[in-house]
Amino acid sequence: MTAAESGVFRAQYEALTQDGTGPGWLGALRRDGFAHFASRGFPGPREEAWRHTNVAPIARATFALPEPGRTVPAERLSRLDFGGAFTGWEIVFVDGHFSRELSSPSGAEGVRIGSLADALRDEPERLRPHLARLAPPDDTDPFRGLNAALLEDGGFIELAPGVAPTAPVHLIFFSTGDAGRPTVTHPRTLVVAGGGSHATVVETYAGAEGGAYLTNAVTEIVVEAGARVDHYKLQRESEGAFHVSTLAVELGRDATFSDHNVCVGGALVRQHVEARFAGQGGDCALFGLFVGDGAQHHDTRTLVDHAVPHCTSRELYKGILGGRSRGVFHGKVLVRQDAQKTNAYQANQNLLLSKEALVNSTPALEIHADDVKCKHGSTTGQLDPLALFYLRSRGIGEDAARSLLTYAFASDLVSRITVQPVRVALEAFLHHRLPAAPQEAVA
Amino acid sequence: MLEIRGLRARVGGNEILKGLDLTVNAGEVHAVMGPNGSGKSTLAHVLAGRPGYEVTGGSVTYRGRDLLALSPEERAREGVFLAFQYPVEIPGVSNVYFLKAALNAVRKHRGEPELDAMDFLALVKEKAKVVDIDESLVKRPVNEGFSGGEKKRNEIFQMAILDPALAILDETDSGLDIDALRVVAGGVNQLRSKDRAMIVVTHYQRLLNFIVPDRVHVLMDGRIARSGDKDLALELESKGYEWLEGQVAAR
Repeated sequence: MTAAESGVFRAQYEALTQDGTGPGWLGALRRDGFAHFASRGFPGPREEAWRHTNVAPIARATFALPEPGRTVPAERLSRLDFGGAFTGWEIVFVDGHFSRELSSPSGAEGVRIGSLADALRDEPERLRPHLARLAPPDDTDPFRGLNAALLEDGGFIELAPGVAPTAPVHLIFFSTGDAGRPTVTHPRTLVVAGGGSHATVVETYAGAEGGAYLTNAVTEIVVEAGARVDHYKLQRESEGAFHVSTLAVELGRDATFSDHNVCVGGALVRQHVEARFAGQGGDCALFGLFVGDGAQHHDTRTLVDHAVPHCTSRELYKGILGGRSRGVFHGKVLVRQDAQKTNAYQANQNLLLSKEALVNSTPALEIHADDVKCKHGSTTGQLDPLALFYLRSRGIGEDAARSLLTYAFASDLVSRITVQPVRVALEAFLHHRLPAAPQEAVA
Repeated sequence: MLEIRGLRARVGGNEILKGLDLTVNAGEVHAVMGPNGSGKSTLAHVLAGRPGYEVTGGSVTYRGRDLLALSPEERAREGVFLAFQYPVEIPGVSNVYFLKAALNAVRKHRGEPELDAMDFLALVKEKAKVVDIDESLVKRPVNEGFSGGEKKRNEIFQMAILDPALAILDETDSGLDIDALRVVAGGVNQLRSKDRAMIVVTHYQRLLNFIVPDRVHVLMDGRIARSGDKDLALELESKGYEWLEGQVAAR
């Protein structure tokens, strides 16, 4: 057992399981989670699923629990909540804990929006049917077990059947992290969209500049029959941060789910996105954009599980890699034997902006049914020299032309974002990262 | 305006231009004709500064300056324009944004104030008439999904907006049906002026029925093999390039 496993993680686990509060099933979940984590420890580079992502920096670090009572500077928060342009419910977590002061009062008829900790204390039976059902502790990803063992707080969103609030929900997870004393949080979010309901959920992960910390997040989303959830994740962690996450989604009959994953922050990032069809007629769209620079490492691993017939899935992930950054995309579409009439599409496109940047792309189809339409593809390239020349031949400078083409590469993903403040924030980020990029170029 | 002396250039290790001389004055339209592989498009791209087109000898003087010392964007800002034979599709960048960025880069270089959105759109409206380009095309991503004719119109439309001193049209007639050719050529003719020089690169005489040149040059094996007036193009049309090839070989 390593220092990390016997250190802060075990101490926290023991504190959480020995205080005697909380329902029995939660204690059982914690024990199961910690057993999975402790029995195998952090994954090593020889494991196939972790071949391209070495988590040794996480395994080596000695994490501490964040000091209680910290807050987010107002100026910093206003940048995360889109400078006030966001008109929705905002739930803020500081170092993993719900902040009532920073959050807006939320909820409406048939819409429950709040903290998981409150729900665990007041109404644990509402959580029991779903918590850790879609992302249970397992042997492939010990981080998931660790989250189950140590979860305390996160978002809990529940929509009654048929409700469709127009306002989106924004969950902000902010880590105050010290540079000299890395901290760790295990945010846990559960969204249950009742039959025929419609919700838009935005998750932002961020931290103090220069902060060193680990975010180990798990989000589960249950989209019941005929419901629709549009989910956005903005990973804007500090440049020294580690971020490991799982998003697990279940789509009921005729349910619709879309994910827009924007991955730009952090030093070492590993994300799992998993969607499973539990009823026929489901429609799942996964979009992602990862933008790396310096020595950033961004790894995204997706699994779309066509367990039943007549479902449609689309996946498009794009990577823009500069500096010495590295991107990893591993996508798998699993079409089970009964899943006839499946329609699945998966693509990964990457743009390398420097000679030292690197991407590993592995799209994969595993098909056990015979009457299906499946397509996948992967491309990696550089900026088109002829397009660059075309722009320059019209008087546009070389740097501006490069930025313009890079921006254009991402533009179809940007334009799919329908929550306007989120789109504006992403555009602003791209302008910042690509200094000569245009303010109004998206066609 | 433009003086080319003994120009030699290589592309991918092959020498294509082998000592080319050409003088073009303001107000003139010169046609450069020649068989496939004679170096017509290479000449057009060398003048625009395409990377990878390596000049190995000779000189190009444009308005008294060494053109070859300038980057492609500097040449454009100095008034050189190349209408591409195969205009590049740029998904994700709107035509109107692209043109505004280009025009403002040129204006800035000239010491003129940048145009705001209102003035720019008024200019677009005015210049769209030159080649009868649909305004909806102007808002779409650059050349994406445009037909061959729409792409060529877009090139001439860009030329009208950027108002160059030296325009080089690289096989602007290729892939056009007769109606589209008429429109594109009509646009070019509207842009003829005493201050502007044009080099019209073409394989076929057909275009020159619409854009009547002041001078015609025949390029063979990287050199000007013959120069004359517009009648030279007609002679070539009836006798074919083999006629001149025979003469060149005999020299």
